[in-house]
Amino acid sequence: MFPTPIERTSRTWQVSYQALLPLALILWLLPLIAVAVFSVKPDSDFAQGNYWGWPSSFEGFTNYSLVFLQSDMPQYLLNSFKITIPTVIGAVALSCMTGFALGIYKFKANIWIFFMFVAGNFVPFQILMVPVRDLTLQMGLYNTITGLVLFHIAFQTGFCTLFMRNFIRALPFELIEAARVEGIPEWKIFWYVVLPLMKPAIAALSVLIFTFIWNDYFWAVVLTQGVESQPVTAGITSFNAQYRAAYHLMSAGSIVAALPPVAMFFLMQRHFIAGLTLGAVK
Amino acid sequence: MAQASRAERRQTSWWHQNQQQLTPWLFLAPGILFFLFYVIFPIFQSFNLSLYEWDGLGEAEFVGLYNYEELYWDDAFYTSLKNNVIWLALYLFAIPAGLFIALFLNQTVVGIRLYKSLFFFPFVISQVVVGLVFTWFYDPTFGLLNAILGSVGIPPVNVLGDENWVTIGIIVAGLWPQTAYCMILYLTGLNAVDPEQIEAGRLDGAKGWRMLWYIIIPQLRPATFIAFVVTIIGALRSFDLISIMTNGGPFGASRVLSFYMFEVALSEYGFRMGYGAAIAVVLFLIMLAFIAYFLWSMYKEEKAR
Repeated sequence: MFPTPIERTSRTWQVSYQALLPLALILWLLPLIAVAVFSVKPDSDFAQGNYWGWPSSFEGFTNYSLVFLQSDMPQYLLNSFKITIPTVIGAVALSCMTGFALGIYKFKANIWIFFMFVAGNFVPFQILMVPVRDLTLQMGLYNTITGLVLFHIAFQTGFCTLFMRNFIRALPFELIEAARVEGIPEWKIFWYVVLPLMKPAIAALSVLIFTFIWNDYFWAVVLTQGVESQPVTAGITSFNAQYRAAYHLMSAGSIVAALPPVAMFFLMQRHFIAGLTLGAVK
Repeated sequence: MAQASRAERRQTSWWHQNQQQLTPWLFLAPGILFFLFYVIFPIFQSFNLSLYEWDGLGEAEFVGLYNYEELYWDDAFYTSLKNNVIWLALYLFAIPAGLFIALFLNQTVVGIRLYKSLFFFPFVISQVVVGLVFTWFYDPTFGLLNAILGSVGIPPVNVLGDENWVTIGIIVAGLWPQTAYCMILYLTGLNAVDPEQIEAGRLDGAKGWRMLWYIIIPQLRPATFIAFVVTIIGALRSFDLISIMTNGGPFGASRVLSFYMFEVALSEYGFRMGYGAAIAVVLFLIMLAFIAYFLWSMYKEEKAR
């Protein structure tokens, strides 16, 4: 192990390491801690200039209930879920199939199709912006959740294919050969042999795509406007415009907006990290 | 009756014979069609569009390379380009910073798992929220930064209102989640480092920096590669933070190409789709250089396998 395991070092370093850890963490998360404290402060604290001090009274309940009951936040949150969940399902389903095709079969165009997906995934959003917006308008899907979902599925398929294909490549190929010798049709090999083995990859991708799509801001701004279809990342800006300088409410709103992916991360941490490393670093 | 069953048999046997050639295409079809429709074709459409003057509603007018000529004389374009270079250069700092934190956390003390997850926290949060948080951090009237600077006697600075500091201020905000990402890549990479090589290195008297440089970092190559890819892409994609923190200001000093393109094509400054497409093409070509390099590295690795 590198660096030298702490048990094998001097006593002083051991003690200082234990002390350094929480200190470093607090410093690292200071901006977030500040927002969390902001969100439970009463309005009057800001008026009196008590920005960084201890809250003069605990108003967390008031602030958060205001966010949930008297703003458009619940609608934005609902939109975010309506956008994120279908995208996750769609992109993962499509890439299970493309990943299977590119991971198992050998044919000439294989690597070029794979590179098309990879390259497309790295493209700057702006080169797609005007045509995709126009396309969405022409299909009558501008400012709808469907329009946003369809684009997200297509774009995420690039990354998901990269991930799935690499994962399937690493599976033992003998399994497929054995199934073929048995005369099992190819689609059954996909359904009964490969798909069950892909469960960890599916889990990893789902968490990752959930976070990506939940946190998307650019496409939300380009393809939607207004409360009926905008997700929470875009909604928070209008929320902030509504509560300008009401820092306690803006903080509470931000925390609410950030929470779902955070919860997802903590619940499915192992899968999440496997996904981030693209399955390449084991 | 007999004929029908023979035809059927022939059909099944035809399918049977070609099954292995046809199956991959059937599986690929939906994914490829979707991807072509929404990602690949729009790239070419943007190239085409950059030769037109179009407001998004009326008739598009062909203007040849005029948009690119205008770009050549456009000061805002150069500001954005310069900022993109600064982003690229400074964003790479996330890689050593991530490695440093990963080394710091690569221990087995009680509760270290929780520490690792909490250090990773900034990456999971939306950049919109990160931008908001850092805007308050920099705020000239109440921001924590000036409170800290003031306590050591430095006069307050308005980071986001100062043309010289604004881009750096935003990049620092961006480095926060990006460092967390690189950290997690290195933490996973460090797990896979061969302990025997480390022991052998120790016997040879290598330690500290020499050990890190000659034995650890070479073994972290896959992690470094991915960190490099995601950091470059992240730097060139920077949009959310700029949009939230400064909206390109002050006086356009914090624009980058991706933001400037959006501003030209879809904001109150007017709907100049063709001109926006031209900016996007330039950004795309910059990105293409990196994409080509990434694909080439991947291709070499595939061949070696």
